[in-house]
Amino acid sequence: MNVIVCLKQVPGTAQVKIDPETNTLIREGIENVINPFDTYALEEGVRLKERFGGKVTAMSMGPPQAEGALREAVSLGADEAILLSDKAFAGADTWATAYTLASAVNKLGQYDIIICGRQTLDGDTGQVGPELSEMLEVPFVAYVSRIEEIADGQMRVQRMVEEGHEVIEAPLPTVITVVKEINVPRLPSLRGIVKSKSAVIPVWTVPDLGVDQNKVGLAGSFTKVIKVFFPQRVCQGEIFQGELGNQVECLMGKLKDAGLV
Amino acid sequence: MEYFLTEEQKTVKSLARRIAEERILPVRAELDETEEFPWAIMKDLADADMFRVFVPEEYEGLGGGCLELCLVVEELSRVCGAVATCYAVNALGCFTLIDYGTEEQKRKYLPDIAGGKKLTAFAVTEPTAGSDVSAIKTTAEKVEGGYVLNGTKQFITNGGEAEIYTVIALTDKARGVRGASAILVEKDTPGFSFGKKEKKMGIRASATRELIFRNCFVPEENLVAKPGMGFLLTMKLFDHSRPGIGAQAVGIAQGALEAAVDYTRQRIQFGQPLISLPVVQDILGEMATQVEAARALVYAAARMVDSGAKKVTEESAMAKVFASDVAMKVTTDAVQICGGTGYMRDFPLEKMMRDAKITQIYEGSNQILRNAIAIELRKRKARTE
Repeated sequence: MNVIVCLKQVPGTAQVKIDPETNTLIREGIENVINPFDTYALEEGVRLKERFGGKVTAMSMGPPQAEGALREAVSLGADEAILLSDKAFAGADTWATAYTLASAVNKLGQYDIIICGRQTLDGDTGQVGPELSEMLEVPFVAYVSRIEEIADGQMRVQRMVEEGHEVIEAPLPTVITVVKEINVPRLPSLRGIVKSKSAVIPVWTVPDLGVDQNKVGLAGSFTKVIKVFFPQRVCQGEIFQGELGNQVECLMGKLKDAGLV
Repeated sequence: MEYFLTEEQKTVKSLARRIAEERILPVRAELDETEEFPWAIMKDLADADMFRVFVPEEYEGLGGGCLELCLVVEELSRVCGAVATCYAVNALGCFTLIDYGTEEQKRKYLPDIAGGKKLTAFAVTEPTAGSDVSAIKTTAEKVEGGYVLNGTKQFITNGGEAEIYTVIALTDKARGVRGASAILVEKDTPGFSFGKKEKKMGIRASATRELIFRNCFVPEENLVAKPGMGFLLTMKLFDHSRPGIGAQAVGIAQGALEAAVDYTRQRIQFGQPLISLPVVQDILGEMATQVEAARALVYAAARMVDSGAKKVTEESAMAKVFASDVAMKVTTDAVQICGGTGYMRDFPLEKMMRDAKITQIYEGSNQILRNAIAIELRKRKARTE
């Protein structure tokens, strides 16, 4: 069972700042963590390895410091980790991110399952997982809350939907995104920490992946964030007091004043 | 205070703290109420390699020593003295095996102990033999191919939960204490059963039971070291394990100090936080000083044990006696300055006070240990005359 877990390093604080030029997150100079949703993906990958053997490869696209998240992934049970980092990858939207990840998956070769968190804490789109499966042309199941069975090249999973649970079967290889109900992520182990400190984490760049520079990063992004702002509260409600007749009178007066009736 | 820990020791300490805060803290009060053995936390500790800390590298351990053990025990105790007991007693249960076991014995048992798959316990105390260890009555009669055990052990920590027991029994009754031997007994051995689970004042999530041996046969190869060495091994074992009790006491005291600081900062009386009152400051300042002094003594004793020093009886006894008295005093004072709130079971301090008490009692009562220190003083003086 070869599992690839895609994870992202995100700001570990609520006080994020936006770059006014690019309208993307400023990631430098703040404490970073593994995207909380991705920790469930990693834990599920490690559990699959423990159940079926094989290995877990953690993969992340990000700036050089994202190596920290990958080292943490190794301390939590990942066997290998690969960092996709190149100045050209910066400013990627979900499509460009998925394209870069898909190129890396293809370079890596054989795999059975790719696990992603349901969404990130910072971008919050939930799109990279499904886009990745499209580009790799493999099935996709979102919001997986339980992996029931894997046998004979098929997997059966339970996924959370608003009305309840769906049980879905898919042939391997498959991409899934997981929800936090799927497991309780373990804490790092002492041996894992020792291993993570000395782990060699290769960095794959544009030439390593052999991708078109115009399809990655900001240049390859179909969407551009034009503006990021807090919605302003423009009008406030008003509650009329007193007897019902008076309230109706007040309301009608206000509506007339506003030219609405 | 800076204790110049190595990077590895700092990693061990910080991971132990994380487990304590993330996994133990949320269930601490519930464990104390229900007195249930904390199996889920034992699994967390095993998964985090905490049982490997005190096992040599050749047997799948991490090759740490007494100090590393103390760091883990201190951090666990800072949150829950009971969980710390369940963990720490595993070191007590296998130190004799590590120091005196044969290669075969170590290969057979230590990897499972290091992986946290099997818990261990140490059994010397009996209904008639507490501080007077020489009064033990449990026998291990030599028969063809092994020994047959008969007798009852009392107040055995991890009793009933552990898989591997180091039992001190008389292989030669006629020789008294010089006829005692250390024997490994596995849980499901026929003739080996458990008595009632004790209801305790503190460390209530830990399990304390009687071990009952009725014609219990164990094979020859389960004997640790030579016959007749049991008493000596027990004394050496406690010399090495007592800093661990000191660390438990330091951790409990540290937890109480922190809870007291938090509360006295928030509690307003006479128009100001309690912590601004000189009378409260006097008590808190003394508590903090005592805790730090205890920690320094415990770490120093643990380092002396790890140095391979031949005789550490005095130092390890001092660390245990001082730290446990500090824990009792600090937790009592913490309850006092937190007043009615401190006395309530919804607040953690009364549990810490109950948990602290055992550290003055087990692995040698503080009175018997002061005797031991005084005997060393007398011996040293006699040698110079």
